[in-house]
Amino acid sequence: MADMTVNQTASRGLSLPKINSRAVVMTLYLLFLLLPIYWLLNMSLKTNTEILNEFTLWPRDLTFANYATILTDPAWYMGYVNSLIYVSLNTVISLAVALPAAYAFSRYHFMGDKHLFFWLLTNRMAPPAVFALPFFQLYSSVGLFDTHIAVALAHCLFNVPLAVWILEGFMRGVPKEIDETAYIDGYSFGAFFVKIFTPLIASGIGVAAFFCFMFSWVELLLSRTLTTVDAKPIAAIMTRTQGASGIDWGVLAAAGILTIVPGALVIYFVRNYIAKGFALGRV
Amino acid sequence: MEKTVNQKAWFLVLPVLLLVAFSAVIPLMTVVNYSVQDTFGNNQFFWAGLEWFEEMLRSERMWDALGRQLMFSGIILAIEIPLGIFVALNMPKSGFWSSFCLVLMSLPLLIPWNVVGTIWQIFGRVDIGLLGYTLDALGINYNYTQDILAAWVTIIVMDVWHWTSLVALLAFAGLKSIPDAYYQAAKIDQASRWKVFRFIELPKMMGVLMIAILLRFMDSFMIYTEPFVVTGGGPGNATTLLSIDLVKMALGQFDLGPAAAFSIMYFLVILLISWVFYTVMTNLDKREG
Repeated sequence: MADMTVNQTASRGLSLPKINSRAVVMTLYLLFLLLPIYWLLNMSLKTNTEILNEFTLWPRDLTFANYATILTDPAWYMGYVNSLIYVSLNTVISLAVALPAAYAFSRYHFMGDKHLFFWLLTNRMAPPAVFALPFFQLYSSVGLFDTHIAVALAHCLFNVPLAVWILEGFMRGVPKEIDETAYIDGYSFGAFFVKIFTPLIASGIGVAAFFCFMFSWVELLLSRTLTTVDAKPIAAIMTRTQGASGIDWGVLAAAGILTIVPGALVIYFVRNYIAKGFALGRV
Repeated sequence: MEKTVNQKAWFLVLPVLLLVAFSAVIPLMTVVNYSVQDTFGNNQFFWAGLEWFEEMLRSERMWDALGRQLMFSGIILAIEIPLGIFVALNMPKSGFWSSFCLVLMSLPLLIPWNVVGTIWQIFGRVDIGLLGYTLDALGINYNYTQDILAAWVTIIVMDVWHWTSLVALLAFAGLKSIPDAYYQAAKIDQASRWKVFRFIELPKMMGVLMIAILLRFMDSFMIYTEPFVVTGGGPGNATTLLSIDLVKMALGQFDLGPAAAFSIMYFLVILLISWVFYTVMTNLDKREG
């Protein structure tokens, strides 16, 4: 016993400087991550005169005018509305088609299942640059160009495979006995799926929804190519700060900060599942 | 888990199949169509065979872009993977600070890609950016729009800033799955810190690390928005990566034939890497049972 206490105190004594070095590493890394964001926030609260003429680490002349510009001008805030519309549409479509498919992949063998699963993955890996021009022509020819649904469908290219993979990972964790018991109890497939199975994988659905939301929100190349006016995303509208009198830096910074907000708001809820999502449900 | 054979499961997969066919197969067929035809305008096309493919394979422009692309992907992997593991090893294991770090680290991952570009474009400017101003004040000549080296450093640091957290998060998830018993055994054997890492932590992280490496490779291989916003592919063509070159060709110059041939070869490379990815992942799944 005495030996153990000595050992424990010894290891505690040794680990004390180690904890400090950990804290130092983490502080440095987080500083590195936050500095550019801090600078953007700092700029968004300054006037253009201050940005261009003085170099200040915090706004001397605090102003919210840049944010007011964005939130009162429809040409600006409609960008956020457009982005949110097609991102939500995409999330709903992706989940609706991915849920039954993921169930099939996690429970059954069927002809061509492995090939199909692989083919889905290749779409997650497809470079948007390859698809930009064909999408432009496809959606123009069916009359969907510059609509929210076009962008939502285009983003399904990488979000549906992602959702299928993530959901399949979560569904595999649910024991098959649950399905069998439910069928014996007389549930139909639909009733079982909605009433019993969906609640069991609720966290998986949440994570899949979050990742669909996120990848649709951050993508620009396709959403910019497929829209001109009516469904133009905020990320593309940001380029219009380059006016005749040079770039309106303050408004640009404020617009940037506002695009970070939605992600920052939901991230807390999925913090423990982020790794699993990025690993396509395989951690 | 034992799976039963059930061909009716196809009905459950059908919606996905139709949707992805609409948004992947039809556009791809358009690309294939363009890649074997030539046009004089007015929507008159005629058969060109493999001419465009031969032209692209001979074009220095594509090989240069591919070389730059491989260099970019290589450099960011060499930095992000070790740095990500290092950060993961230093993260608090549980409690408030663990969540705190997770949330802050995920922040860059959720910023729209062109905003990431904008952030770094501003941050690196000598007149109004913190980084550029500081470097300038220190007497370092830094100008990412003129100097090739500075442009490369900027886009690489930007990518490290953007994506290292992803590697760290995955490595952290791998570390957390190691039972305490392993560490206790190592303590009894008086294993050094390095040996604990080499023989316990690294093998246990291997699965997620493979995923991290392949994801980072794929995503950096098709990166477009961030470097485009910061450097626009310049100075000259110094940072024109594959996707930037492709978009320039297809949407900028409307050279449909060469761009389509380029796309197909690009896609085949991606397909090959995806296949490696898939094989590795299914093997990992099998090993875990």
